[in-house]
Amino acid sequence: MQKIRTTRVLQCSATLVAAGLLLTACGSSGGSSSAAPAQNTSFKGRGPITYVAGKDTTGTVQTIINRWNKLHPKEKVTFIQLPTDADSQRQQMIQNAETKSDAYTVLATDVVWTSEFAAHQWIEPLPANQFPLRKMLQPVVETAKYRGNLYAVPASSNGGMLFYRSDLLKQAGITQPPSTWAEMTADCAKVEKLPEAKNMSCYAGQFQKYEGLTVNFAEAVNSAGGQITDANGKPDVDTPQAKKGLDFLVNSFKDKTIPKEAITYQEEDGRQAFQAKKLVFLNNWPYVYALAQKSEIAGKFAVAPLPGLNGPGTSSLGGSNLALSSFAKNKATALDFMKFFSSEQSASYFLKNASLAPPYADLYNDTALDKQYPYLPVLKQSITHAVPRPRVVQYGDVTSAIQQEVYAALTGKKSSAQALKDLQADLQKLTAQ
Amino acid sequence: MADTKVPPGTAAPDSGSAPGSRTGRPSSPPKAGRTRARATAGTGRLAALLVSPTLLVLTIVVIYPTIMALNESLYGPKGLDPKTGFISNTEPFVGLRNYTDIFTQAGDRFWNAFWNTTLFTVVTVSLETVIGVAMALIMAKAFRGRALVRAGILVPWAIPTAISGLLWRWIFNADGIANVLIGHQVLWTADGFQAKIAVIIAEVWKTSPFIGLLVLAGLQVIPKEVYEAARIDGAGALARFWRITLPLVKPALLVAVLFRCLDALRMFDLPYILIGAQKGSVETLSMLAQNEASNVRFGPASAYAVLLFLYVFLIALAFVRLLGADLVGEAGDAGGAKRRRAARGRRRALPAPRRAEVTA
Repeated sequence: MQKIRTTRVLQCSATLVAAGLLLTACGSSGGSSSAAPAQNTSFKGRGPITYVAGKDTTGTVQTIINRWNKLHPKEKVTFIQLPTDADSQRQQMIQNAETKSDAYTVLATDVVWTSEFAAHQWIEPLPANQFPLRKMLQPVVETAKYRGNLYAVPASSNGGMLFYRSDLLKQAGITQPPSTWAEMTADCAKVEKLPEAKNMSCYAGQFQKYEGLTVNFAEAVNSAGGQITDANGKPDVDTPQAKKGLDFLVNSFKDKTIPKEAITYQEEDGRQAFQAKKLVFLNNWPYVYALAQKSEIAGKFAVAPLPGLNGPGTSSLGGSNLALSSFAKNKATALDFMKFFSSEQSASYFLKNASLAPPYADLYNDTALDKQYPYLPVLKQSITHAVPRPRVVQYGDVTSAIQQEVYAALTGKKSSAQALKDLQADLQKLTAQ
Repeated sequence: MADTKVPPGTAAPDSGSAPGSRTGRPSSPPKAGRTRARATAGTGRLAALLVSPTLLVLTIVVIYPTIMALNESLYGPKGLDPKTGFISNTEPFVGLRNYTDIFTQAGDRFWNAFWNTTLFTVVTVSLETVIGVAMALIMAKAFRGRALVRAGILVPWAIPTAISGLLWRWIFNADGIANVLIGHQVLWTADGFQAKIAVIIAEVWKTSPFIGLLVLAGLQVIPKEVYEAARIDGAGALARFWRITLPLVKPALLVAVLFRCLDALRMFDLPYILIGAQKGSVETLSMLAQNEASNVRFGPASAYAVLLFLYVFLIALAFVRLLGADLVGEAGDAGGAKRRRAARGRRRALPAPRRAEVTA
């Protein structure tokens, strides 16, 4: 242990000198839970590396990389842009790992990939004490861990929020946004009596058979006090609480609280329906805010935390982490770059210029930023109370199984009890290995 | 046209019985056969030399990957070590279990994908054949604005499948133009029978022009005089279509249908983009294989791919053997000597009377 600590200190000071920027990097070693494998990795080699992420639609990533390249002319970072959708990004990263190619160094991974990538040893365990994890929101940090060890660093976060038509609620004499599902449907009943809201539906989320359905199902279950997997990663969906959560969705489809066509909604379809004044409430990611502000409902909507069964609900976590490919060269440079890229300054830049939710708690309390993004306090609440989606190695199969059963329940092919029972059996099989 | 003007005697200078051959003596048929054989052997060696780089490349890019896939399909997915939490580095050898699983645990999904693939192929190719032939007949007609119609018909074929998938997704959106037109809300992109119809409509729209194009090419080599003669004989439009157009365009049509079948059997991008992954009602074999591979189970994925390969191979074989689709082309030199001679004989036998008729 003594030896380990010395090398860690040495590494720390070395990187401090090299990075030059980060004063927060070498905190106490208390953060990590005596993670043994984390110290097996030595981060050696300096030189050019690559950063691999989805398409940079805002241009901000390149700006940050340019800033790094200016400071480190001998350790240049090349930005490799992958397609926009997460599935193709994952596929390319897996291909890179399967061929043990050193083409990719630092990977921008979705929060749900950590377990899979770590279990396959495609990514390196990271020294937890070298990152300012304590300043970050805890649920976000959890997404970067596998079996208690840190395998990635949070770069950006994301949480679901309830968008609602504040103008209509006001007209109907409602002052507070709903915090429970029952309140929400009651509010809808009042709003739908207004002449302006004649053909409106009450609520929608993402219910098409894809990852969005897993997110919405997890939110419903967690908001009703249930869970998909327990603290040990064992499936636990065949419970009364989970049934209440799923029943909320199933019954809402039945009584048309959720419009029938929402079964085909992905994020964009829901946003368009909300902007087209067809929905009173919408569950979606924060990106909707900026776009809706430019639409005809500008100034007529606001955000609130997701409602739940008996009180405020629970969001699923989105966002992306930085991971280090096991097959890459120049890992010392990579580690420094990861610190730089995930630093509070970078996160603040991404928030200001690309409205990416930062993992750092402090940034949510910045009054100037709150003016620019009035949803930040709600978003912070959403993220701090959020629950990550199941953290399992076979995430691809787990999310498929969830989508399969939940979709069957929503379309009336199975009762919610049967769907949950079958889901529990499927998940047990998938996590048994 | 140039063909028809050549007098029958000089049309085939290579045939042994041609009068006035250079040697001055009448050459007997068997001897002619022998000289041809010798010439073939010489050119054959040269051909082998010229073709060998191609064969080498084919071996590298086709045969080697096929064998690798066959080999891969004998391995199972990597296991997780519960103690360390890491996935093992090696895949266990499972022999034919990936294949036998199809009859047990993985069966439902496989057979569903298999029947979807078959249904899509049969339905879309049938519709495309009818529509494609109709398109070709329209395009072959001489009328004003024909260029515009031709361009219009070919546009769907020019659009990449992924883009047309997106296009049709908007059309089949809950508030899309399809629902406005039929005046009733059908949720096309939800899992169910209507999703199959959406895929079929989009696929037929996209690929009918392909059959139209090949049939048009076939139509244009039919001499007009044949139709004139038929008209003089009093054949109606329908009779002319059944008795002349269809038989003469058949070789081109068969090749077009075969190509479409092979293409439809490996359908992936259209249902994947239009309806989405893992929708049971539209999942095809390619989608199933892709799904397995994306979940890092390369063994089962290879097994599905191999089965799809065999299926495609059998269909192609059936076409060539039973329906006589001539993939190589009648004048093709790549075919075996026997087949080539047979094809030549057929060609000489067929057009000769036509030629005589026309010149008469």
